[in-house]
Amino acid sequence: MRKRTGCTPPRVGDGPFFRRMLISIVLVVGAFLILAPLLIIGVEAFAKGWQVYRDTILHPDTRHAIMLTVLAALVAVPVNTAFGIAAAWAITKFDFRGKAFLLVVIEIPFSVSPIVAGVAYLFVYGLQGIFGPTLDAHGIKILFAIPGIILASMFVTAPFVARELIPLMQAQGRDLEEAATSLGASGWRTFFSVTLPNIKWALLYGVVLCNARVMGEFGAVSVVSGNIRGQTNTLPLHIELLYHDYQAAGAFASASILALIAVFTIIAKLALERRGAGRVRPAVNPAEKA
Amino acid sequence: MRRNVLPGLRLSLGVTLLYVSLIVVLPLAALVFKAASLGPADYWQIVSSSRALASYRVTVLAALAATFFNLFLGLALAWTLVRYRFPGRRIVDAMVDLPFALPTAVAGISLTALFTTNGLFGSILSDFGIKVAYTPLGIMIAMCFTSLPFIVRTVQPVLEDLDPSLEEAAQSLGGSDWAIFRKVILPLLTPALLAGVSLSFARCLGEFGAIIFIAGNQPMSTEITALLIFIRLEEYDYQAAAAIASVLLFTAFLMLGITNWLQARALRYTLRT
Repeated sequence: MRKRTGCTPPRVGDGPFFRRMLISIVLVVGAFLILAPLLIIGVEAFAKGWQVYRDTILHPDTRHAIMLTVLAALVAVPVNTAFGIAAAWAITKFDFRGKAFLLVVIEIPFSVSPIVAGVAYLFVYGLQGIFGPTLDAHGIKILFAIPGIILASMFVTAPFVARELIPLMQAQGRDLEEAATSLGASGWRTFFSVTLPNIKWALLYGVVLCNARVMGEFGAVSVVSGNIRGQTNTLPLHIELLYHDYQAAGAFASASILALIAVFTIIAKLALERRGAGRVRPAVNPAEKA
Repeated sequence: MRRNVLPGLRLSLGVTLLYVSLIVVLPLAALVFKAASLGPADYWQIVSSSRALASYRVTVLAALAATFFNLFLGLALAWTLVRYRFPGRRIVDAMVDLPFALPTAVAGISLTALFTTNGLFGSILSDFGIKVAYTPLGIMIAMCFTSLPFIVRTVQPVLEDLDPSLEEAAQSLGGSDWAIFRKVILPLLTPALLAGVSLSFARCLGEFGAIIFIAGNQPMSTEITALLIFIRLEEYDYQAAAAIASVLLFTAFLMLGITNWLQARALRYTLRT
């Protein structure tokens, strides 16, 4: 930014009236549309008092839902992180045909409706699907069980880590890694001592966002879980169940846990953005650059 | 092209292709296969049934309305966050991400709580005869909430990188603020705005969790397409579910294509300036 000298006119839209008006409008609409939904969760969760809140959180079904949500995240997030790193390494460190196409395929889950994702998994592992009858004959349950929930979560969040790493590693180029390998470092050593330190914040950024989405995923999981209370209910499904059971306070109490996770996610995101993560925004298309 | 000395192509590309095939491509292919097994006549009958058509209509109209609203709100938010300094700006900037971070089911029940006739906003609005919850307006509000960050976050970086000298040149030529905005700034923002709009619209079309709580879910009036798929599954009508899901899937592919094209265009534009 240049220092502004006295004689330059104010920039467009810097008139005091317009400025104040726009800020006010944005703040009011923002408060109504974004802040109010967050606050109402707390209000409704404690509407029936602290006791009801405590009872809901400590109820075995809620505890089981929390456990299942954490389990799904513990499996899906590391797997997607490994995939994200592998995809980013392959795409940014090598040239091969079909790269642009691969990038589009990786992005697909981001634009597919979660319901469609759930239905798609039904036709792979369900009884009416490709592998369903075989799996059933061997007594392996994937759908309406925990593996189905994890698979659906993995689909929905597959692009999260990759799309943070790819633009960044693209911008960083290959020189450092090439120097390291030509000096005799092994591939793994090159990755851990040269690449990883440069991408760690972006990596963590992707992991944080991936985790938030896995824990909050509703549509895809609701198709493949079978909604069995105390067995295949994740926290978001548990909220729906309580809500439709006319236990609004309980639903909001469970929702408050997820809302808290969302707030922590945003704080972590901010802290990581200060360290430069999430900055290389425009999806760099290598096909365009080449 | 120079020789590549880096190791790990086979491993990393192998892992990537295997994962993408198993997790992304296989299920979607299975869905398309299932829908295709219906045969053209049956397929057409299911996807063009009056209930399905009504669900497309309400989904698309609400998505258009929500995206149109977010176009203005998103631009205003991005402009305010980039151009002005005011107390609480950082908090507002952070809050813009809340719709991405908050699970859709949570957003759904809290928006419903706010907008039912005895809710905080709903009670005031019902005094004016406006019903939001359990009407198409509720669907629109839920879509606005979940897709708001897209436009803000695509426009914000472009606005930050805007060259002030362009505005100064226009000002020195005597342009009014509005004329400069319309003729100088807006054309520079358009590629990013369009990319944001297409992302936002695509998200609205597929949204499920936030909507089903607030929508009322009446067939023919407030039943979105994603919910109709879900209902067909609950009726064990898997073929119909596959057929309608394939419509949403093809729409998503179309939107993905449009978005990629727009983003590539936006990128070329920003690289040139």
